[in-house]
Formats: sequence, structure tokens, C-alpha cells
Amino acid sequence: MSQTNISYKQPLLETPFHEKTREKCYAHDWHKWAGYKVVKQYTSAELEYTAIRNTAGVIDITPMHKYSVQGKDAKKFINKLITRNIDNIQPNQVVYALWCNEDGFLVDDGTVFCFDENNFRICSGERNLNWFEDTAIGFDVTIEDISHSIAALAFQGPLSCKILHMLNANKIENLKPFCFDQFTINNQEITISRTGFSGDLGYELWCDPSQAHEVWDALFSFNKDYKILAAGLDALDMVRVEAGFIVVNADLIAAEHALRPNRMRTPYELGLAWMVNLDKEFFTGKEALIKQKNKGVEKKLIGLDVQGDKPAVGSVLYDGSKKEIGIVTTAMWSPTLKSNIAMGYVNKEFIKLGSKILAEIYHPEELEYRKIWAQCKVVKKQFLNLERRNAVPALI
Amino acid sequence: MNNKQYDVAIVGGGHNGLTTACYLAKSGLKIIVVEQHDYVGGAAVSKELYPGWTYSNCSYVCSLLRPEIFRDLELSKFGLQIIPYEGSATMLNDGRFYAHYNDHDLTYRSIAQFSKRDAEAYDRFSRDVMRQCKIIKPLLKMTPPDPTSFAPKDVMGLFEFAKYFVAKDELGGLGEKEIYDTIRFWTMSVRDYLEEYFESDVVKAHLAGSAIIGTALGPYSPGSAYVLLHHYMGEVDGTIGAWGYSRGGMGSITQAMSKSFQAKGGEIKAGSPVSKILIKNNRSYGLVLKNGDEIYANKIVSNLDVKRTFLKVVEQKQLPEDFYLAVKNFKIRGSSGKLNIALDELPVWKSIPVGDPAGTGDLHITQSIEEMEGAYDDWKDGKWSSYPYVDMCIPSINDPTMAPQGKHYMSVFIQYVPYNLANGGWTQEKRKEFGKHVMSRIGNYSKNFNDIIKHAEIRTPKELEDEVGLTEGNIFQGELTMDQLMFNRPIPGYAQYKTPIKNLYMCGSSTHPGGGVMGAPGANAAREILRDLNKKIESHYI
Repeated sequence: MSQTNISYKQPLLETPFHEKTREKCYAHDWHKWAGYKVVKQYTSAELEYTAIRNTAGVIDITPMHKYSVQGKDAKKFINKLITRNIDNIQPNQVVYALWCNEDGFLVDDGTVFCFDENNFRICSGERNLNWFEDTAIGFDVTIEDISHSIAALAFQGPLSCKILHMLNANKIENLKPFCFDQFTINNQEITISRTGFSGDLGYELWCDPSQAHEVWDALFSFNKDYKILAAGLDALDMVRVEAGFIVVNADLIAAEHALRPNRMRTPYELGLAWMVNLDKEFFTGKEALIKQKNKGVEKKLIGLDVQGDKPAVGSVLYDGSKKEIGIVTTAMWSPTLKSNIAMGYVNKEFIKLGSKILAEIYHPEELEYRKIWAQCKVVKKQFLNLERRNAVPALI
Repeated sequence: MNNKQYDVAIVGGGHNGLTTACYLAKSGLKIIVVEQHDYVGGAAVSKELYPGWTYSNCSYVCSLLRPEIFRDLELSKFGLQIIPYEGSATMLNDGRFYAHYNDHDLTYRSIAQFSKRDAEAYDRFSRDVMRQCKIIKPLLKMTPPDPTSFAPKDVMGLFEFAKYFVAKDELGGLGEKEIYDTIRFWTMSVRDYLEEYFESDVVKAHLAGSAIIGTALGPYSPGSAYVLLHHYMGEVDGTIGAWGYSRGGMGSITQAMSKSFQAKGGEIKAGSPVSKILIKNNRSYGLVLKNGDEIYANKIVSNLDVKRTFLKVVEQKQLPEDFYLAVKNFKIRGSSGKLNIALDELPVWKSIPVGDPAGTGDLHITQSIEEMEGAYDDWKDGKWSSYPYVDMCIPSINDPTMAPQGKHYMSVFIQYVPYNLANGGWTQEKRKEFGKHVMSRIGNYSKNFNDIIKHAEIRTPKELEDEVGLTEGNIFQGELTMDQLMFNRPIPGYAQYKTPIKNLYMCGSSTHPGGGVMGAPGANAAREILRDLNKKIESHYI
């Protein structure tokens, strides 16, 4: 864990759950994430996916970057940073947030946790220390990278609340979506938020690295009756597509990373207009976003319902006369929807729901490619919308 | 008396001369390369100066060699292999070391030991440098257009030139903001440039090294940032900025080129210094060798630097006054030294553990940019640096052909060393004293270095001039500053590999895009000559 003792013999760090995840990772299929070694697949992504939609899946999300934001200007700083307005945020509340550069291009997305007026935490996929510190100049606020001092698990699926309830997490069923609180499970006092990346009922558990093993074991205590599975990042990626969530550096290139400036995207181009509050005071990117809102986007990330059952991975998109109009960023067969779904960018003429376009799919079939022209319909990115996700009290 | 007639005679068998020779020979022309030494290679040579050890005794690592040239000349077929670096490091006085690894996360954590901010900023820095490399890469292959000419070739060239700056990505260009960055990058000092990204002295010092190597500029000198870029625009198998060892030493590059050339029917005349280029009616037609022999050719190409070409082998009376003066004023200052050392065993460093990949690539000794600037100040005073910037590597760790089993070869590049030493100039004693000075600096960072030295070759800019033929020992055949780049390289109005003398061309690193074992000047020159001869060849580069 130590940042100061590095050795070339251990290029990847191990999370506090590593002993536990290694035990279950029969496939030895690992993934690099922010300098950590995490499981890609324990046995099979499909099984782990099914657990998330059927019982619950446990996903080690410790590598996620976490920053503590403290000081009397903490809220003002965050309001300058992000495109939403958090003036009315209450303690124990979480908001999903985007932050952009001066040109309105997305730097990253993440979740903002409010502990109190002067104490926030931001979780993000990319490293943001410099971006936050530079944005914080002039504010009475201290930013600290606390990524390594907090262990985190996502616990997602229809039985997630039930299991936590059975573990005596007090009134967990009443915790509202995008809220968090302190709970005690297996004698460990930890933070649980009703957040996640699955589009399902689910929680994220935040604890001290020293509590990691107790917390992990607790989630599997009732496996005699309910088959909770450890799930890898492949399964997480499947559920997030169904939920219509974007991933930075998969569905767009972060502004700080893009070698080619025209690969950057604004919230409008990502279909996240609802995340932008142009009425609030100055925030980074505001002017550029006002301009784009008035002018309209040239292209936009949309959802696609693709004909047939061959995933449109990497497909180029065309109009009826086979003129190129876009590209697919993510595509998969959705086991829950029994649909062939995809997300992709299309030119502005095709962003209306119901627009018909064509995807050119090269489907690999035993050393040959079958070229398919698949009809696609533009649909909402949120392919799957489960009632249980937001129900209060939650299902126990 | 040799009075055979050739289509083209090339003066000097360095890597650029050989590159030009190969491309021309490919078109079926009758080509001869005339080389002063008994061996070809110029500054890219492998030499056995101590039995059993192979020294890359001038240039020592490879990155800039254009892959298209590698491919066109079939250098692999003729024995060339590049071994990529596994890391690099800077050793510090306090017993720590700063390292870069091939693994991104490991590098992140290595930098984070000194500054978390800098570890993150390194990604941004890499992105910005990469963007600039993206614009420069296509420019390397271009003959610089003449901005004062309305000839279709030049107008199109300028358009092409501009395209990479202003065009949208689809055409390979950048956005608006990046154009501002380009102008800043090409004019700033490396110190100012790095200051915009980093806070830690060691991070800045590690990166600034690339900006002063071979250059008579200090890290505070405007224009030094470009030199950093020049060292970053190379690649190993698509990894931009990566460096590697040429298996068998740098001589393997030029040996492969010469074999490729001979396989195409080319002729090499080694051991034949050229004393004069024959010119009549402003037209060159042949060479006079030191032994009095004459070689005739329709076209002459000089691989020598522009000063050596026009101040030594072309008679002054044949040249326009303005051109002669411009050549005299061309900046080509020696500032680097080189030690090649045969070691009895592997040096053990006080900081870097044995086996750490960081110890197998370029190893720097420097503490801060200020120390490097101080080293430059010494150079200005006509002294070798008291605390020189040292760039070392031990190719024999990765290349089994460089030294006997269990023994090692170390290449040591030193910045700064003056061409003209104050207080009486260079003597053999002073040269040895300089060598000792450098070795004792290295010794301070090692547990065993002082006890394992079997042999050392010590080269100051004087030796680089006398032995290799580089004027003042400048490794780039002329400073890489904006006033001497692109359409100003080497002489404004003569950036298209041509000279005021008809049928006399230039192909060395004095021409665009400049120094480094790149081959681009040689290939660009070949393209111009082939165009003048109305010859077409099949190639990836031309």
C-alpha cells in the first residue's frame, strides 16, 4: 500500500481485498486499474453478471480515486468545479457530477459525497489531484488524495439490501438513492451509500483497509441460502451498459488525455444536458457550454437498438444511403433485455429518438468475418430501467 | 589513376551518406561512396578499441532512425536489430534515484515519491509533447518549402506545412490551442517549459537532459525546449519517444546500410579522404582524393557538415560571397564529450538495486536544472563543467555482443565540454584529466566503479572533429535552434539539399531535419536528387 516503497518487482498494487479476491479468482484473469490489480473475471463474466441481476455481486472498487475536500469554501469550490449546482446539497447526500475544462470538454465524471458544509469527498475514475488543486486556487479549501486509505466494495443486485438487512445494518432499507450513512455490519462501523454503477438496487461500502476482510466475509455470510458472487470488472461493464452509464476513456476521451483535440466531448454531446446548470454562477466551461447550448451539437452519444444478435462492436454507422454518420463506442448483447444494444455517436440529423440508421458489423465466425448491415433504431441510452433501483423502502 | 565515371559520388560514408547512396542505387544509378576512414559509419560506428569489447564510441543509442528507412533499406535483412530500453533513471546525491519504467503505473509511483502532483502532471506533459511530435513527424520527411518562392512545388509545400498546424485532426493537424503551444515550444527554454508542469527539481532535471544533449545551450537558454522535442520524436516500434540499443553497437546501423548499398551494386571507396570537389563553370563534376586520384561523377553529394563542405573541400573562390559568409556564420559549436569504458564487471550503484530495469537504460547524473545551467556556465568560460551532466548506459546488460561474458561496456556522454579550452587549449594531459574528472563523478554514485575500469577512451570535441570529421565536434552538424531549422537549415535559400554549385548537393545532418541517427536528411536529399534526374523508385519513405 505504501506509496514510498516501490519496486519494479511489483508493478501493480494489491487492494486490501486482494487475499479474498485471489481466493475466488479461479480464472486468474486480472485487470490493471489505476495501478492496482483487480479481477476481470472470477470464473465467467456471464455468471457474475447474472448474480448482479439475480442475487447480488460484490465488486472490489478500491482503485477508484478518492479526494477529500475540506475547508470553509469547500462547497463554493465544488460549485466552480462541476456543472451542476450543489447549493442545496444536504449532509449524507451524494450527487453525480461532471467537470469540464474551459472549452466545455469533459475532464471527468464522479460522485460528490457531502459530509457537512465544509467536508466533501469526490470519487472519480481518473486522477484529478492537479485539476482539483488548480481549480481550488483562491478558495479556502484543502484537497487530499485519500485513494489509498479507503477500501471500497460495490454490492449490487436485488438481494443487496436484504443481505445488508440480515447483517443488521440498521434500517438500511430506508436509505434513499444517492444518500449515505454510517452502519455497523459484522461489528465494523462503515459508510454505506446507495449508489452504484449497475442501474440496479445496490450499495457501495466504504471502510478502513483494516476492516476489509471482515466486511468482505460478511457479504457472503448467507451464501448457504442466497448465492452472492464476487463479480469482476467485465460483469460490471455489462450492467453499466444496460443502465446507459458512460465510461470516460471508453465512450469519450477525457480532455486531459486526448491527444487529438477533436476526441473531447461536452456534456451536451454526451446527452447529459440535465447535468449542466447554466443558471448558476461562474463555473469552469460555462461560457463554452452556453455557446454550445445555443448553437446545438454537431454529434451526440445515443442509444441504439440493433437488429439481430451480433454485437455491433466498433461498428461504423451509416444513413440509408450508406453515408458515414457515426461510430459505436460500446456494444453488447443484453442478457436481461434479450436485445442487441449499443451506444454510439451520430451526426445531429440522427439524434432524434426513433431515427433509423445502419450499423456495419463485422462478426467474427471461425476465422472469417461475416459482414452484416444491421438496421438500428435510436433509443434512450438507459436501456434498462428497474423499479427496484430507486424504491424506498428498498426490497428486503 | 582512377577516372571512372559515376552518376553520383557521395563524399562521406556516415549514416546519411549511406542512406542517400542506398536510395539512389535503388534507382539503378551508378553510385560511389568515398570515405576517409578504412571503415564507413561516420558517427554511427562500433569499434573494438580494447580486445573483446565493442564500443559505440560516438553515437550510442537509437530512436530517431525513421522506420520507413529501416524498411526501405531492408536493414533487418542486413543484420540490424534494435533492443528497446526497459527504463531510465537519474541518480541523486542523497542516495535516492528517480526512475521511469515501461510500466505506466510504476512510473507514476516512482515520480509520486518526489511529488504526487508531478506524477500526474507527467501524463499531461507526455500528451502535450506527443501532440507536438505528431506535427513534427510528417515535417521530418518533407523538403522544407522555400517561403519566398512562388514555384508550385514551394507553394504546395508551404500549404502542406501549414496543414499540420491548422487543419483538423482528419488531416493530421491540431486544434487552435495546440498551435499556440507549438510556437511556445519551439521558442522557449526547457527550464521555462518544464516549470509549467513540474515542481520537483529531480523531475525537471531528469527530463531537461534531452534538451541539452549535444547542444551549446543551457536549460535556461531560449530554444532549448525544441531540442527536447527533437529527442522525443523518435520511436521504437510505434512507441513514440522510446529509445533502444542497436544490437552490436551503433555501427550495426551503418554496416547494414553499407551492405544494403553494396547489394544494390553500390561501390564504397574507403580509406580515401577527399581533398577537393572539382568545379568548373559553377558546376561540380568530380572529386580529388588526398592521394591525387580523381573520381568523376555527374552529381556530387556531401555528407560532410556544411562548414567542412564549403570551407574545406570547396574552394572559396567558387562560392558567392554571401553564401560563404553564411556558412562561416553557421553555428556549430562543440559542447559534448564521450567516454567509452570497458568494465571488469557490472557497476553496482549506491542507489539503483542490481536487476532494476531502471538501471539498464539511460542513467543520468544531475541534481537540478540549476546544476545543469552551472555546467553550461563553465562551458562558456572555456572550461569543462565542474558538475557535468552525465548520460550513461551499459548496453552490454541487454546486448550480449558488446563485451565478453560477465564483463561490461559503458557509454558515457558528457555535457558540457568546450571545443576551445581556455588557458592554452587541449593537450593530452588535459584530455586525460577531463576523463578522470568524469570518472570520479561517476565513482561517487557507485560502490565499485573505480575498481572495475579496464580501459577508457576519452573523447573531447577535438577528437570528435579530428577523428569523425564533425566541425568543432558538434554532434548534430550544427545547432538545432530555430534560426537554423526548417527552411533556414543550413543556410536560408539552400534548405532543399542543393547548393550554389550546380550538381552539388548536401545530405548530412547540417540539413533539415537535423542531427541524430535519423537518416531523414539523407533520404530527403535522395528524393531531391531523384526528382532532378527524373527517376522514380518504389519506397515507403520517398
